[in-house]
Amino acid sequence: MSINEKYELEKALEQITAIAKGYNLDFYDMYFEICPADILYTFGAYGMPTRFSHWSFGKAYHKMKTQYDYNLSRIYEMVINSDPCYAFLLEGNSLIQNKMVMAHVLAHCDFFKNNYYFQRTSRQMVESMSVAAQRIRQYEFAHGREKVESFLDSVISIQEHIDPYRDIGKNEPAIEKSESGGCCGGEGCGKGCGKDSCKDKGCEGGNCGHTHSEQESPYDDLWKLDHLGEGQESKDDTQKAKKFPKKPEKDLLLFIMEYGRDLEDWQRDIISIIREEMFYFWPQMQTKIMNEGWATYWHLRIMRDMDLTEEESLEFAKLHSGVIQSSKVRLNPYFLGLKLFEYIEKRWDEPGEEDRIKYGRPGGEGREKIFEIRELDNDISFLRNCLTEEFVEQEDIYLYKKVGYEWKIVEKDWQKVRDSLVASMVNSGFPYIVVQDGDYGKRGELYLHHAYEGAELDVYYLERTLPHVYKLWGRPVYLETVLDSKKVLFSYSGEKVSKKFV
Amino acid sequence: MSGRYTVSREDWSLHRKGEIDRQRHREKVKEAIKKNLADIVSEESIILSDGKKVIKVPIRSLDEFHFRFNHNKQQHGGQGDGESKVGDVLGSDSKKKAGKGPGQGQGAGEEPGVDYYEAEITIDELAEMIFEDLGLPNLKQKKKPELASESVEFRDVRKVGIQSNIDRKRTIFQALKRRAIEEGKQGLGKITREDLRFKTWEQVYKYESSAVVLAMMDTSGSMGPWEKYIARSFFFWMVRFLRTKYQNVKIVFLSHHVTAKETSEEEFFTKGASGGTRCSSVYELALKVIEERFNPEDYNIYGFHFSDGDNLSSDNEKCVRLVKDLLKVCNLIGYGEIEGPYYYSSTLKSAFKKIEEQNFTTVSIRDKSGVFPALKSFFNPDPLKTATGR
Ligand SMILES: [Zn+2]
Repeated sequence: MSINEKYELEKALEQITAIAKGYNLDFYDMYFEICPADILYTFGAYGMPTRFSHWSFGKAYHKMKTQYDYNLSRIYEMVINSDPCYAFLLEGNSLIQNKMVMAHVLAHCDFFKNNYYFQRTSRQMVESMSVAAQRIRQYEFAHGREKVESFLDSVISIQEHIDPYRDIGKNEPAIEKSESGGCCGGEGCGKGCGKDSCKDKGCEGGNCGHTHSEQESPYDDLWKLDHLGEGQESKDDTQKAKKFPKKPEKDLLLFIMEYGRDLEDWQRDIISIIREEMFYFWPQMQTKIMNEGWATYWHLRIMRDMDLTEEESLEFAKLHSGVIQSSKVRLNPYFLGLKLFEYIEKRWDEPGEEDRIKYGRPGGEGREKIFEIRELDNDISFLRNCLTEEFVEQEDIYLYKKVGYEWKIVEKDWQKVRDSLVASMVNSGFPYIVVQDGDYGKRGELYLHHAYEGAELDVYYLERTLPHVYKLWGRPVYLETVLDSKKVLFSYSGEKVSKKFV
Repeated sequence: MSGRYTVSREDWSLHRKGEIDRQRHREKVKEAIKKNLADIVSEESIILSDGKKVIKVPIRSLDEFHFRFNHNKQQHGGQGDGESKVGDVLGSDSKKKAGKGPGQGQGAGEEPGVDYYEAEITIDELAEMIFEDLGLPNLKQKKKPELASESVEFRDVRKVGIQSNIDRKRTIFQALKRRAIEEGKQGLGKITREDLRFKTWEQVYKYESSAVVLAMMDTSGSMGPWEKYIARSFFFWMVRFLRTKYQNVKIVFLSHHVTAKETSEEEFFTKGASGGTRCSSVYELALKVIEERFNPEDYNIYGFHFSDGDNLSSDNEKCVRLVKDLLKVCNLIGYGEIEGPYYYSSTLKSAFKKIEEQNFTTVSIRDKSGVFPALKSFFNPDPLKTATGR
């Protein structure tokens, strides 16, 4: 990087930062690092520059690199949820590209710092991951690379199965005390809402306001009282007195780490490393649309406020439209998030008659409203609240699925579209699987249960994942799910996955 | 106060993690390919690739397995241009090959549905793996030393050379020896310049002996497209193998139905024929070719014949007799029988059961994955060590 280039970037950054602060964006100190493409792709593949080594990251890296080489990739943004915040700029990018990325990641940082779901993420993860990577490297020396790698393969195969809400409002580690995906105890309305049993008033009619996300956590002690009042808890306690775990446990990693009988210390440590990293990445997965929407909303406004030449404006317009390009077969989170924020802002700025009379919205509160949303929502509540009939029609959002050999549009009804999208985001889009019995058949076998909600599991993948669970648990493992509306039990005890209808 | 900022550029040249893990992934890809060679060897995309250097091999074992939903049974969100209607078709899987299994879109393409990892590998890399343990069996010294197999060898340990070619073992040995002699002490002391020993390497041609391979193929009407494809996959790799590993091996192409003729290589791989089958015709031709052009004193001679075994039954006895004649002049005769859907038991192969000579080998191929075992059994460089049952 030439001195001149660096000077230009610093000057631009000064301006961008000032504009962002003028809009009340609130971010950590920012470290911008300029790096060559290979390095940026490495970071993209690993999710964090200091993360441990594994062939699957090498595979992701290879993919990014070759896509880049074939000129398929877009401009790249990489920002780390940390304090200070690290962001990376691609060497060789034009000044205008870098300006846009800078404005974009400032807003990401604001989101990391202020969104409720990020409150508990570690802001020192760059260092933690580096220390963890070091430990894993030592285990490789001590126990052999192949052994560590194959253990990592197994842990990674179930890494999504943590319980991000486990510790909220509780101090005990408490496998026994864990709440199992009860209505709204988990990821918010996605799971519980729409059910008769759902007691969350905010959910009714799919019109839960932000009361909902508030209820999810700070008030879930109140919620527990509710259940106690119905005597459910005490009844369960007597019925399942001998059950282990007492309540189904969603945190597979924790359960195996604590109760896997044949695990060595270094193996438990690896499980805990992966689990911690998952906790860190989880909020990013559950706010993908909001986070990208927010960053896109702001880069657009900040760039508009910069004094760009006509040529620069043109280049920026091109870049921006590349970022928000929509697709027939997937919803672009940048686009969807941006449009939703703009839509809400407009509705609160210029409320219609109904909004004014029924909800008493005076107008002019658009900006305030979207700041509130960025603070309190995640993608599930965001879409549930904001994806209105008007919006779905205006943006021509639909559902499609495979019919025979063809992928066809099957649904355009706005409520069904909304509900299906929301449902697909429950548990960050991963199947909800719990440990139902850690001493199955009194033989110390592991019985997992998939909470089937209408979406079947991929059997090919299931049959190849179960052996990993077996490897970790060291004894036969079972997984109950539903295929073709019938209960099915898969099992693996070291030789072959078998399947039977129960 | 937060909200400060800096811009910097560090030296990233030592940051090699991505490349190292990429290399590890590549190793795993190769391992996976090796395990599945039998299936990959007869992939149509390879046999028909016709000079295309890079091929794509689907590798499912390197998917990152986890519990996930069945993509093909789920509803997904998409966005239209304002005109979309229920029933609009966004894409189709029918043009993709069947049997690929479900997968998940990875974001790059505009196609809905399946996507799985395809490793890219050059035909040369693949060939290297396939040929690793193959060799011409029973190779003997012959009078005419034409055949050379290529190898790079370190020979000749010298006292000068480039640093990277230091022969560590000999250098240390030299230092130990010197210390023992000069100082009367055991163990390694300081290594002096005098101790250094270098390896030098050079391309050496190992002159073995000359060889000729007779490629014989049944192209009669009963050999359907599938049978011909199997036979040609075998010969495709055979030809490649011989030309990669040996410098001057001669290959003679003979095809037959009721009568046999010598063909060009191109014709051999592309032309089909029809009519009945008399396998003896090709054996007679083989004997004639040997007699006229390849003296067994001078050449290692090999013959490989592929047929569906649907031979004129009155001809079988003659075949046995002729093969026995061939065995007297050949190092090895291999007969491969392709069992098609209408396979029946009284075939040429059953007639060949009478032949007891050690240098006769037969294989049966029932499906595509049988081509690789056939290669391994015919080109087993040490057939006595790992006797192949027949
Ligand atoms: Zn972004």
